[in-house]
Amino acid sequence: MSELIPPFHWHTFLFSPWNDPLIATSNFWIVLMGFMVATACGLVGNYLIVRRMALVGDAISHSVLPGIAIAFLVSQTRGSTAMFIGALIAGIVTTIIIEVIHKKTRVKQDAAIGIAFTSLFAIGVILISLFAAQIDLDQECVLYGEIGYIGPEALAGEHTRIFGIPLGPITVARMILVTIATCVLIALFYKELLVSSFDPGLASSLGINATMVHYGLMSWLSVVVVSSFESVGAILVIGMLILPGATAALLTARFPRILLLTVLNAALSSLGGVHLATWLNCSPAGAMVVMASLLFSAAWIFSPHDGLIRRWYYMRGAGTSEPSEATVELTSK
Amino acid sequence: MFFMLSKRTFIYLLTALGYFLFFAGNVEAARIGDISEMSIGEQTARFFSFQDPAVRYAVIGSILLGITCGLLGSFIVVRKMALVGDTLSHAVLPGVALGFMWNMTKNPIAIFIGATIAGLIGTAVVNLIKQTTRLKEDTALGMVLAGFFAVGICMITMIQQLPTGNVSGIDKFLFGQAAAIGKDDLILMATVTVLTLLIVGIFYKEFLVSSFDAGFARVAGFPVQVLHYTLMLLLAFAVVISLQAVGVVLVSAMLITPAAAAYLLTDRMHKMIWLAAGFGMLAGLVGAFFSFLGPSLPTGPFMVLGASAVFATAFFFGPKHGVTTRWWQQRSRAKRMNRENTLKSIYHVLEDRAFKGESVSLEELKIRRAESFEEAHQRARELAAHDLATFDAKKSQIYLTPDGWQRACEIVRNHRLWELYLTNAVQFAADHVHEDAEKIEHVLGDEVVREIEKRLNYATKDPHGRDIPGLRDVEKGKRMDGAPAETIGYGRRT
Repeated sequence: MSELIPPFHWHTFLFSPWNDPLIATSNFWIVLMGFMVATACGLVGNYLIVRRMALVGDAISHSVLPGIAIAFLVSQTRGSTAMFIGALIAGIVTTIIIEVIHKKTRVKQDAAIGIAFTSLFAIGVILISLFAAQIDLDQECVLYGEIGYIGPEALAGEHTRIFGIPLGPITVARMILVTIATCVLIALFYKELLVSSFDPGLASSLGINATMVHYGLMSWLSVVVVSSFESVGAILVIGMLILPGATAALLTARFPRILLLTVLNAALSSLGGVHLATWLNCSPAGAMVVMASLLFSAAWIFSPHDGLIRRWYYMRGAGTSEPSEATVELTSK
Repeated sequence: MFFMLSKRTFIYLLTALGYFLFFAGNVEAARIGDISEMSIGEQTARFFSFQDPAVRYAVIGSILLGITCGLLGSFIVVRKMALVGDTLSHAVLPGVALGFMWNMTKNPIAIFIGATIAGLIGTAVVNLIKQTTRLKEDTALGMVLAGFFAVGICMITMIQQLPTGNVSGIDKFLFGQAAAIGKDDLILMATVTVLTLLIVGIFYKEFLVSSFDAGFARVAGFPVQVLHYTLMLLLAFAVVISLQAVGVVLVSAMLITPAAAAYLLTDRMHKMIWLAAGFGMLAGLVGAFFSFLGPSLPTGPFMVLGASAVFATAFFFGPKHGVTTRWWQQRSRAKRMNRENTLKSIYHVLEDRAFKGESVSLEELKIRRAESFEEAHQRARELAAHDLATFDAKKSQIYLTPDGWQRACEIVRNHRLWELYLTNAVQFAADHVHEDAEKIEHVLGDEVVREIEKRLNYATKDPHGRDIPGLRDVEKGKRMDGAPAETIGYGRRT
């Protein structure tokens, strides 16, 4: 057990990822990729949290797998277009299956989610193991796909350039574009998303098509999931969909501030995750989610709004305090 | 009643279990996948002969976990806690890793204890987040799922870095391999199954009441919290024994899908439990069989697909709630209403000429219904197909059969009675009652009709001044059978 956890020194924890120039470059790309994934997922995830659909994100990040596998089989390439289309279709199919089971039978939404994503995920895993030779994906990579490989890839120097700016390996470049597109889409449809998430009744009276917004959000979720999926695995996606948004929601109640805090949280999680992974010598994707969980725990305990400490302080105050003078006066009359 | 039922079933189950375990014998399990140079037919034969101890282990294990998961799944589905199972199954991963670290081998007991503790801590954290923050349950579940799973992944990757880390087999926990089930695992699975059957059997009433009406259970003095945590503990046990065969990711399906399929088929909880356990068993068997056919096929996904197939069948063809079944019922109801409307129109045609003559030409029907000739012809054929009317030789006239005449009288009677009831008893204006009567005429039962007749003092005229057909008119139709066309008109009052 003791051999498993290396000794902790602040100095090595802070500086060891950046000491060596080669390792530093590789870590830079890992942090950047983590930041992009966490930002895109976190921003979309905020809407899922508000709509009480947090677990739909979990479901979709599992059920895009058969879409990806079939796209591989049909196109015989790792081409990203086919994969995007496959994942998009799988994501929408999941949404439809959930809706149909939920609306047509008395099975509740939570059970419908569970049935839909496990069935699709099972099909995906079976496809992968049946056609292992044709599909360049393995089962484990699906779960905690290695963000760590991005470092060596970046060092190998195959950078995708847009307007002459090196954007790193193709997966990173694609993720950067998806993240920017996410921000643009949220800015463009800010009102529609906000109103239909918080008050569907008001949305329909304003002429916003809530069904369209719902399917639009689900489609974009599939796009974000699939562009993150291959390189970072399902677990980072699920974690980053919910954790940054939930942390932000503990700290403020204003939606624009929640969005900003989500981005800040994404940066801290990915940077901290790489430090954690270097110290413990473990999977960086896992470490980033652990870091995000730690940030959540911190917010949960110390939040000035409804943190545990504040709660405890007030509850103790309310329980043991003497009745105030006004109360005594009132009751004695 | 459940317990009375289960007592006998119990003895059967235990006997069967002992029999299986006896036959499973002491032979060490060989990996099923090791022998792959066989045709599918040979493999099938080998599977069903149960000669191979590995097959026996895998099959018994799959059946046991199917029963346990189906049984407990019924409770979590009706309690709307389906995704708690998902979170629980992900949250056990750090515990599995800790169990491995205990002495760096796959020790079932250490893994069982570690995983159960981790799962329970996970559910406790979900409850704590729900109670102390504004975050909703789904968010809390998602966070615990991702957070705990990530810790587990970090620990597994750390173990894999160690030179002493003998972790062969830990990856099997992610997707499941029934062939990896050993004798120790099997004993553990049997113990958990028996324990679950016992606890659910003994406290069936308490679980039932607290699942459907927690408030009532609390008032009735049941320890609702204790029951909840007992269920959580059993759930954690079920998840942990299923990990080996189904894998972390898909365990929740074994909890949710068979139970949801059973939920579509019955309204009684004890029937649902038995059905779900049966479906779980079936799914387990299907999974064990298919993963046996190929060298590197994982068990879990096939089990899940087996369960999904059962659910899909119940979804489409369930006798009560099935989508196809309901569609078919709606369709036949719509067709029946259509036929009744035709009969009503024919009655109106006959009534308009004071019931002179028996036959109605298709032309008259067409004008009455304001439809095309083809539609009228279609309506007539539809009646003929149900023996409510017959065509003449030239196929241009139709005659109502006694059955058709009776149904026509009943529909018109229902319609006019209802109109009269609405104007008299509910004070509707006479020109507002027709639309309502158009709908209700098809669904009024005999008893309701008798009651309305009584309340209306056996009135004979509707609000528009037309006769309400009564029993005597129906009788006339019967007497008519075979008589020449011109002799007696239907409905003429004597």
